[in-house]
Amino acid sequence: MAKKPTPEELSKINYSLPYTGWMYNPVEFKDGMFCNASKPESLNTVDFPNARKWSVKDEDWNLPENWKEIVLEAMKERLEKYRSFRLFMDICVRCGACADKCHFFLGTGDPKNMPVLRAELIRSVYRRYFTKSGQMLGNLAGGRELTLDVLKEWWYYFYQCSECRRCSVFCPYGIDQAEITMIGREILNLLGLNIEWIAGPVANCFMKGNHLGLEPHTIKSNFEFMIDDIEEITGVKVDPSFNRKGAEVLFVAPSGDMFGDPGTYTCMGYMMLFHEIGLDYTWSTYASEGGNFGFFTSNEMAKRLNSKIYAEAQRLGVKWIIGGECGHMWRVMHQYMDTWNGPADFLEVPVSPITGTKFENAGSTKMIHIAEFTADLIKHGKLNLDPSRNDHLKVTFHDSCNTSRGMGILDEPRYVIKNVCNNFHEMPEDTIREKTFCCGSGSGLNASENMELRLRGGFPRANAVKHVQQHHGVNMLANICAIDRAALPPLMNYWVPGVDVAGMHELVANALVMKGEKERTQDMRLEDLPEKEGAEDV
Amino acid sequence: MLWSRQAPEAQELPEAEMKTKMNGDDMATKLNDILRKKKPAILKRWLDAISATYSGEAAAFLKGQKNQFTGPMGYTIQEGLEGLVDGLIDEAPFEEIAPYLESIIKIRAVQDFSPSQAVAFIFHLKKIISEESQNTSDAQGVADAAALTAFELKIDTLALISFDLYMEARDKIYQLKSNESRDMVFRLLQKERRLLEMQEQGLEQGPNTETPILK
Repeated sequence: MAKKPTPEELSKINYSLPYTGWMYNPVEFKDGMFCNASKPESLNTVDFPNARKWSVKDEDWNLPENWKEIVLEAMKERLEKYRSFRLFMDICVRCGACADKCHFFLGTGDPKNMPVLRAELIRSVYRRYFTKSGQMLGNLAGGRELTLDVLKEWWYYFYQCSECRRCSVFCPYGIDQAEITMIGREILNLLGLNIEWIAGPVANCFMKGNHLGLEPHTIKSNFEFMIDDIEEITGVKVDPSFNRKGAEVLFVAPSGDMFGDPGTYTCMGYMMLFHEIGLDYTWSTYASEGGNFGFFTSNEMAKRLNSKIYAEAQRLGVKWIIGGECGHMWRVMHQYMDTWNGPADFLEVPVSPITGTKFENAGSTKMIHIAEFTADLIKHGKLNLDPSRNDHLKVTFHDSCNTSRGMGILDEPRYVIKNVCNNFHEMPEDTIREKTFCCGSGSGLNASENMELRLRGGFPRANAVKHVQQHHGVNMLANICAIDRAALPPLMNYWVPGVDVAGMHELVANALVMKGEKERTQDMRLEDLPEKEGAEDV
Repeated sequence: MLWSRQAPEAQELPEAEMKTKMNGDDMATKLNDILRKKKPAILKRWLDAISATYSGEAAAFLKGQKNQFTGPMGYTIQEGLEGLVDGLIDEAPFEEIAPYLESIIKIRAVQDFSPSQAVAFIFHLKKIISEESQNTSDAQGVADAAALTAFELKIDTLALISFDLYMEARDKIYQLKSNESRDMVFRLLQKERRLLEMQEQGLEQGPNTETPILK
């Protein structure tokens, strides 16, 4: 009879690294930890090179023959072009301050998810080919040959980084792992090695104006549903316009808000707010995407997708632009847009027509985030709010990585939420504001096939939510990012059942007392407001 | 749920005379007292055992993670193990200790473990308890074998509960994946359904009806 394994033997997993060291330890593709390979048609749409059919788990990735040359040439080009990249390759002293700051390391325990080691994957190749010591001494100087195994390792781990930048907050040198990941992905992209969850939306956005590929008539009919719902809830029929020339403001929201719950409730909130204050604004079915998945492929692609916002603003002749509740939209518009496609001299510095506030911070880009706009409205007492309509909610706020660490929108959303909700509770200090934990699905990693990765990466965030749920009965996780609205619901469902997810403007919409509205008995989700239950029976 | 039923060891213990039962209770109390004193050693060994299932660096981090928020995995596991040991010693009902087990199992269910690897840490406790309860210089002497067997039966119950929890977690993950696929087309389905209803009511000719919102 075969020997039965003891419990100790059963759970004995040999995780000790081989004596040859991490450099020579080929990557193992584990199910649930990576996204599906990009499809050739998606890459062809935007003329990305080396588009072909390939599969992650295949031994042969059908790489172009000169792939190594392409990679090294691309590295050389970027080392010369971006001084930051060369610095990040040179200056790490391996102090380890970043190691336990990455949500993916905290959730997976995989050492290659430590930011220092993730960077070392590319840094070792840099040393071997671009430093004298590495060229002469090879791995004695921490260099290593660029092999197919190394390339596969890059792919696996650069698509396990959500570019959240939390590690860079703690790095004494300010090394920005997000930028290293971006460049790593950009180089991989030259070999046609993308993921379909990013490449597909990029192609859609390029052809149809938004990630979801919604065409004008689909956008229109989706809005009809939302307008009907608003009327049912408030008795007020809002009347948004599309592609209207001569409007004062162009409003660009992430397309997720137009299509998927709970984003749609936030989208209804935008419409109700603008209707109530009588803003002269228009939506666009062409510049119909606030997000920019091009940002997760290459600098050039991000620039191409971003350009449609200014192009549309110019075509419609608007004066300035408001962006919807989107995280990476903020980072793109705040840190890249002006360099790529600005200055937008044909636009005016945004001035709120309701309060007269001039948004000097957007003096060059001419585009602000709606969190700034709404906070300003409330600060000037321009909104009639009844926060008790959110009394059924105990709310906490998740800072999105891009809005908090991408030169911060930190206080505006808190100010708005505290004005529209009576019950607000912060999560613990180490998990909010600049030190916020990522949702685990940022930078285009919110596919379904990598659910295990997302759940592991999102665990530190969920853990903090669980704390406020246990101590304050929190049941709603507010945010100002469309990826959060897509990624956090499953995260909560797994780790903290009983906590729902809402965009900030859904909460605003609940509280907003509109002129001519009927008595509200339902919230934006068409669910009965607790205190109004049975009111009709009286 | 398994833990909502009466604990099996209570049913399986042989019927006995009141006097014998009282002796049994005394012995159980004695064992619990011994284990209470040994708790730090038990927890350390159990944490070592569960940490050994992670890689070298991760294991070191896991054991060093004391902060609830910056080291959530280590904290949750350590808190969970302590909650389980306390619950077993204090003879808490299973519904009270199951949440500690759940918090650990949920973590292991999304990590790189096979089902048996994910739950095997429960069985380590048997060996640890058995050794620690015998290895005592306490004046009261070593624990009674029957009391130890009864204690081990409680650990077996925990093991059974952990299978349930593991499957529940994995089911949830598949459910989340399928929900995401469904939600992606939900609005489309809703639209189609409503159009169908409108057509049935003769209110709508087709999906291309013009409305005034495109100005």
